[in-house]
This record gives sequence, C-alpha cells and structure tokens, in this order.
Amino acid sequence: MAEIYVDVRGETCPVPLVEMRKAVRRAQPGDVIAITGNNAASKKEIPMAADALSLAVTSIEEQDGTWTIKIQK
Amino acid sequence: MADKTTIIVQSGDMDKLYSALIVSNGSLAMGMEVSLYFTFWGLLRLKKGGLEKGPLSKMHFLGLGKKMMLGRMKKNNVASLERLMADFKELGGKIIACEMTMDIMGLKRSDLIEDIIDDYGAVGTYIQEARQSAITLFI
Repeated sequence: MAEIYVDVRGETCPVPLVEMRKAVRRAQPGDVIAITGNNAASKKEIPMAADALSLAVTSIEEQDGTWTIKIQK
Repeated sequence: MADKTTIIVQSGDMDKLYSALIVSNGSLAMGMEVSLYFTFWGLLRLKKGGLEKGPLSKMHFLGLGKKMMLGRMKKNNVASLERLMADFKELGGKIIACEMTMDIMGLKRSDLIEDIIDDYGAVGTYIQEARQSAITLFI
C-alpha cells in the first residue's frame, strides 16, 4: 500500500478538489492519498468530497494555514 | 435521481464559462457525471482557439476590463479556462455541441475543437441528459 502525495499549495478553487479526485482515480484500494494545501475553503470541502466518494478521511492536520488531509482508498 | 450535473452553456462570456467549468469540475471531483450542452454564444467558445476569447459579461470596456480581471485572477492563481477544460475531460466530462447553432452560425465540425466534443445533438439529446440529472443549470 502506497502513500500518494498531492501538493496544491497556492492553488485555489476548484483545483485542490480536482487534483484530489485525479489522485484517487489513480490510487489502488488501500492506498493513502495525502493532500497538502493552503486554500481555506478546500480544507472544508476535500472531506466533503471524500464523503461523497465514500472514502474515509484518516487525518487532518494544520499548521500556520497549511493543511494536510489524508484519505484512504 | 442520478448523481449527474447537466448544464446548458448558452453564454459565451468568459466569466460565465468559468462558472460552468468550475461547477462541472467540482461535480466530477465529488463523483458525479457531467454533461455540458453548448449552444448559441456558448458554442462559439468551442471554435478552434475560441475557449479564452469570450468577453466579460459586465465591465468588459472593449477588452480593458477583461485584461484587468485576468490580471487579478492570475495574481490569485486562478486556473486558465484551458486548464479547467483539460481537467474536465480528464475526469470524464462530456461535451455536446448544438447542431442547430452550428447551422445558424455556419459552423462545420472541422471549425470546432472536435477532440473535446463527445456528441452533436439537438434539444432531445439535452432532455435525455437533463431528465436523469440531480443538478441542471442554464448559464
């Protein structure tokens, strides 16, 4: 099981969601996708999208406005 | 109701095409299917080289307003329409071109960006898509 890193720092709506979706499509079942960004709305919406895709969010961390969200496929 | 978004893209204005593609890409990212039905002024954006050519719907000021808006968008790292369209296609979005508009405007398939167009149709094609969609918009 691999960990896939997606860096969307500096990107704004809708790119963080789209890049998360692309990574999820490429990932194998069991892989963890770690998305790092600093768009405030995306921090709220990536977990919403994970929920819509029936995927589990395993962690959300934030430091100085930069967050990392981990999603398990 | 299926998890699908169907949008009539009637406007060829730059800002409205942004609205259509952002809603579309958000829908695709959240696991929905999307069909965009390009008609009238919207269809002009599917002409070869036409995607970024739309005016601003307000405060265009002969192109000066659009230039200022694009500058501000770039400063805020907003993706280009080309990028949004590439993402739309990569995530499986479907594009339908209105054949009646093509007749009215004298456009042939070879005038359009054929490789991103999935289907050519009329109102029946739109209804078939829209009747199965949870989200339908006219932009």
